[in-house]
Amino acid sequence: MADIGAHFIEIGLMDRLATKDTAIHRLDPRAKLLTTLVFVATVVSFGKYEVSALLSFFVYPIALIARGDIPARYILKKIILVAPFAILVGVFNPFLDREPLLTIGDWSIAGGWISLLSILVRFILTVGAALILLACTGINGVCLALEKLGVPRVFTAQLLFMYRYLFVIMEEGMRMVRAKRCRSFSKQDTGMKAFGHMLGHLLLRSLDRAQRIHSAMSCRGFDGHIPSMKQLRLTSGDVAFVAGWSGLFIIMRLYNISQLLGSFITEVIS
Amino acid sequence: MHMADALISPAVGGTMWVASAGLIGYCSKKIRTVFDDRRIPLMGVLGAFVFAAQMINFSIPGTGSSGHLGGGMLLAVLLGPHAAFLVISSVLVVQALFFADGGLLALGCNMFNLGFFPCFIAYPLVFRKIVGDKPTPVRLCIGCTAAAIIGLQLGAFGVVMETVFSDISELPFRTFALVMQPIHLAIGIVEGLVTASVVAFVWKARPEVLSAVSQSKPVGSYSIKRILIILLAVAALTGSMLSWFASSYPDGLEWAMFQTSGSEELEAPEHGIHASLASIQGSTAFLPDYGFASPESEAEEELPGQWPAIDAGTTVSGLIGGLLTLSIAVLTGYILRPRKVTP
Repeated sequence: MADIGAHFIEIGLMDRLATKDTAIHRLDPRAKLLTTLVFVATVVSFGKYEVSALLSFFVYPIALIARGDIPARYILKKIILVAPFAILVGVFNPFLDREPLLTIGDWSIAGGWISLLSILVRFILTVGAALILLACTGINGVCLALEKLGVPRVFTAQLLFMYRYLFVIMEEGMRMVRAKRCRSFSKQDTGMKAFGHMLGHLLLRSLDRAQRIHSAMSCRGFDGHIPSMKQLRLTSGDVAFVAGWSGLFIIMRLYNISQLLGSFITEVIS
Repeated sequence: MHMADALISPAVGGTMWVASAGLIGYCSKKIRTVFDDRRIPLMGVLGAFVFAAQMINFSIPGTGSSGHLGGGMLLAVLLGPHAAFLVISSVLVVQALFFADGGLLALGCNMFNLGFFPCFIAYPLVFRKIVGDKPTPVRLCIGCTAAAIIGLQLGAFGVVMETVFSDISELPFRTFALVMQPIHLAIGIVEGLVTASVVAFVWKARPEVLSAVSQSKPVGSYSIKRILIILLAVAALTGSMLSWFASSYPDGLEWAMFQTSGSEELEAPEHGIHASLASIQGSTAFLPDYGFASPESEAEEELPGQWPAIDAGTTVSGLIGGLLTLSIAVLTGYILRPRKVTP
């Protein structure tokens, strides 16, 4: 319970990060969204035994973390928090795929280990990219970009509503749990019946709140669309950002930079 | 059961993105036709409610573990399938962006697994059919439970199929499915009972909330029969193709390897062919093949004449896989259909 609460409070940090004013934050949200999508798509398009070529892709998240003034530790912590699923599905690879793929001296490494490593690298890259996108753009920016890119307004409007009321309803739920704990002494686990009633009450309160929100917003002229004061304009800098990074991703996809570099260095040494 | 970007291939991720994006467009359009601006705050707040509800745990009797509400089915019951799909999708967007749960490319898969199946399969075909026009507490309870179980089973199967088609994880289809389905049966039962208890509570405390939903007949608003007929036809076609792919080709390969080298598994390749072997391994990895289920593969070895093996398991999986793929194809039709952009 406490850890989930803490987990949620950390979202607040995400919002604070998004209010920073760096070169990355000033970019058009559409540019960042598109670049992130190209990044994710190129990363996952590699074959399953690819590791070395993937490593060159770390340049993008690292550059954004640096330029966008984002605490790398915070992003890493969030990635680790959700890693179990990817690990769980990938961890069987070494047992199922025992065909040696690499031999270093007397040692041979099974293909499964390589593909597990590849899964983990992909995981860090893709999850990291999504978190960084949000940390430099903010939910409002992402929604605005989605809307400008053709996502239906109904969807973005209710997404914004959801995000806004997330904290309110969450606190309401936490208060309920706390109240129940205070009254249940040694019996701390919630039975099915009490649980159903608690959730039911929370649901009714949420429905009432939705009603009140709607009344209040109707008074202020709400017509089903949340307008944004921010005018989006694509500048040459935004275009350069998208084109430059996307071009780099494609080059890194076609040529294994890590390997080229490695063979160049070994040649120079020998 | 969120899919992660790291486990899917661009082809699978892209297809599911297209399917889910089409669904979002379709649902938004449906909602606009019955436009009621009260719905937007309601949808948003209920999305937030699902998040909050997931923080509250309850203990599962006799196991010592605890569970929480998933929420898909509850949203479908409260909002109807179209609005519920949008809310589930945005819950997933927030989970992907803020909690790194899932991923951007996997969003399409997740929306499909957790949104499409409960809203457009389990809700109209199970819940509606059981509850009927005049809901009673017992019917509501049975309907919620059955629909939640079926929705989650389909969703879990979606995860298995997407993982298998992506071919990033080595997990063979059969093992993965055998692990996923029972786990999600248990989760589904719990989810169903929780949904039922919440719905029962609301039914008692504020029946008008539910009666508003039960009066509108979302089933009639789109022709399920037509969709199902198309689905079945194409699924049969693709399924047979897929199962040919799944049963004869790699089995044949396996058989051929056995014939040529005398062993099911080739010895460690030391020459140039190993790259191509890796790709062979890749293409066969999703089958219940060698390295797994050894008793069966031994049985197959003894009867090489029976190749191509007619394996009921793979044919069924091929059919279901075809169903999944084809439902995506049908949904893409919604995108290709000319539609009005938001005024």
